[in-house]
Amino acid sequence: MTGVDVAFWVFALAAVWSGYRVFRTDSMVRASFLLLASFLNVGAILVLLLAEYLGTALLFMMTVEMVVMALFMVMFMMNPAGLNPMEMVHQPRLAAVAGVVTTAGLGLVAVVVDFPDAPVDPAAETIRALGTELLGGSMLVFESAGVTLLATMVCAVILSAARGRYGDGTAGSVAPPLEPGGDHRPEDDLVGDGGGGHHHHGGH
Amino acid sequence: MVLETVLLVAAVLLGIGVWGALSQQSFVMLMMGIELMVNGAILAAGGLWAYAGGGAPKGQVLVIIAMAVMAIEMAIGFALVVAVYRARQADMTEGIASMKG
Repeated sequence: MTGVDVAFWVFALAAVWSGYRVFRTDSMVRASFLLLASFLNVGAILVLLLAEYLGTALLFMMTVEMVVMALFMVMFMMNPAGLNPMEMVHQPRLAAVAGVVTTAGLGLVAVVVDFPDAPVDPAAETIRALGTELLGGSMLVFESAGVTLLATMVCAVILSAARGRYGDGTAGSVAPPLEPGGDHRPEDDLVGDGGGGHHHHGGH
Repeated sequence: MVLETVLLVAAVLLGIGVWGALSQQSFVMLMMGIELMVNGAILAAGGLWAYAGGGAPKGQVLVIIAMAVMAIEMAIGFALVVAVYRARQADMTEGIASMKG
């Protein structure tokens, strides 16, 4: 058993254990940091697998993502610090069975299938090859991922924004006054809630 | 460390993710389950790249796509949780049992 093997088992057990603890801890903030630990250990395994760039990228990306998640927990969720015991699960038996079946099925595939034996050459410059691939043959894939991330940012802002382009949610459907400073006329509104009292009136 | 062990660890991670995503009631904990599934998928892809793919660069591109998918899932998931929380004051799946507005 070489040093790499020992390191692999340490990282693998840490990844699985912290992944399991994510759903067993009372604190949601602690859960996000346990998930981060799982990701960091998988990143370390990727480095052992000679995918140094991917491992490092996973490390940096997940650190930021999980800190955002921890902040989100503090902002929105009940019991983020785990001061009270917490059990928020439904269909626990079905979920456990589904998890075990998934693991068993995929594990069976991993053991039974005869994968091609083509290990990566330790002397190969894999990072250079990845860079050439990303800005060469796979550039369209790379650019599409970038544009998709941009679209995601726009969608996330739109979904989470409290106010729309013209004010609050109904503002686009509320008729403006005919003259500047004139009275709002509820009968012109496109939203038919009988002139609800929460509409803003024109005339600033 | 051989391909089988890497894939087995990945399978366990994915199974834990399935268990978490199906059993948790909080939206964010549910998303953590999905993240853990992608984590397993990334590990499996990395292992296959290193042992069965001969280090082909396109295998690493696949892992990068998986990472992008994870970032997108997180961002849209958080935005949806914010929107649902604003509309319903709900942070649990049972809180939006009906999709009616």
